[in-house]
Amino acid sequence: MTAAFAHSLTLPLPEDTAALAACIAPRLGPGDVLLLQGPIGAGKTHFARSLIQHLLAQADAFEDVPSPTFTLVQTYEAGDLEIWHADLYRLSHPDDVIELGLIDAFESALCLVEWPDRLADLTPPGALVLGFAANADDSRALTIASDDPRWAATLKGCLDDTA
Amino acid sequence: MNKPLTILGLESSCDDTAAAVLRHIEGEPAEILSSVVAGQTELHAAYGGVVPEIAARAHAEKLDICVEQALIQANLTLAQIDAIAVTAGPGLIGGVLSGVMCAKGLAAGAGKPLIGVNHLAGHALTPRLTDDLRFPYLMLLVSGGHCQFLLVRGAQDFTRLGGTIDDAPGEAFDKTARLLGLPQPGGPSVEAEAARGDESRFKFPRPLLNRPGCDMSFSGLKTALLRARDQIVDEKGGITVQDRTDLCAGFQAAVRDVLAEKSRRAIEEYLTLSPADPVLAVAGGVAANSAIRAKLETICAETGTRFVAPPLSLCTDNAAMIAWAGVELYRAGQTSGMDLAARPRWPLDKTSPAMLGSGKKGAKA
Repeated sequence: MTAAFAHSLTLPLPEDTAALAACIAPRLGPGDVLLLQGPIGAGKTHFARSLIQHLLAQADAFEDVPSPTFTLVQTYEAGDLEIWHADLYRLSHPDDVIELGLIDAFESALCLVEWPDRLADLTPPGALVLGFAANADDSRALTIASDDPRWAATLKGCLDDTA
Repeated sequence: MNKPLTILGLESSCDDTAAAVLRHIEGEPAEILSSVVAGQTELHAAYGGVVPEIAARAHAEKLDICVEQALIQANLTLAQIDAIAVTAGPGLIGGVLSGVMCAKGLAAGAGKPLIGVNHLAGHALTPRLTDDLRFPYLMLLVSGGHCQFLLVRGAQDFTRLGGTIDDAPGEAFDKTARLLGLPQPGGPSVEAEAARGDESRFKFPRPLLNRPGCDMSFSGLKTALLRARDQIVDEKGGITVQDRTDLCAGFQAAVRDVLAEKSRRAIEEYLTLSPADPVLAVAGGVAANSAIRAKLETICAETGTRFVAPPLSLCTDNAAMIAWAGVELYRAGQTSGMDLAARPRWPLDKTSPAMLGSGKKGAKA
């Protein structure tokens, strides 16, 4: 991917990850796709849960946000906004992504996708790619990048304070 | 009223496709005439499955075969079935839809009543099928991505006392296996390693242990495990067999202690109902872990509560539990119309607040 937009930051505590997610959340809408990369324990699900819970709370909808590892997909409705939280780790064929309905959801919903390498050629252009890594001091290194430069304006103000 | 009731059950909401025929005469133990599960080995399914079946078409094709097999093994024809019960959610929409469409076709074709069943209710009512429990009983339900304490007061009356706010224990075992290079499913492989390890060497956190209520968190455990593993690798350049068994033992001890303490609290809350025969029923892979099971049995003994664990084959996804839930709903007059909808989301208890971390308290999880 040629990054038209790229940013790196350190998130010292889980609360910082949650704060970043809450800052980004209201700026997102249908058709936005966030690809969450990183190994087990890097903080992908924590970020996704924080973001979803923020949007649900704003819509006065309160729901559990369980890990999607076993169920593959968890969907939520925050007012008119449909949210898909997917974990593709268990998928073995790219065709499964189509069967899950994820390709359609990329157009109609806000999608948070863990283990997005399983998408291969089906990776949507313009997605925001968030790469999480755990540092030795338990803080998290986060890189945010996209091939779509519009994200710089969308995320303005969210990335500066926490950097 | 002692006419036998014979129900065909269909299940396709998750990784597996299944059909079963069950016969019940009121006041007598139910008889599972057949229970067919296509797709996965029982071992895999016990821990949530490894290779999921996603294609609706594949579920539909397997359902036909499962139903045929279930009827043949029960030595019955569709005409001899009283009603058809089907999982209508929650689950992957493709699978659930296949099951509901198949059940509607069978019901319409044979002129039989249709009963939509909540998959989680199927799990939660299983101890009534296997152990003839009376309401109210306490249920620790651990199924795939779920882990919750349920107060079961009736076939349609569930109160959630708490549950995991992030990962389910089975998932934590699988991810521990992934982090330590052990085979999947993680439940049995981590347990085997833990049995040879020293649980006191690594002190892993017991999240939420000191907070009131029955909510649990297992996600932070994998981070702690990762940290301990990397520290060993930094020091020695790799991990020894002994390191790995000790890590597994420390991990399992943390899961065991959290489940035990939260079970104790759930039992306390349950006992305020003054049940005549107090029972904790544990359904799912956790009951197959001997260390965790032993601790839960101890807690039960200490609180004067009977410990019940239905056989694993009826705790993993199966259709006998759906047929049984169908029996309970049918007797309660709760049949469904042809407009029965597949529901990807269907919480058992809509009255209790969402679990910790999801409320107005803010994102603390």
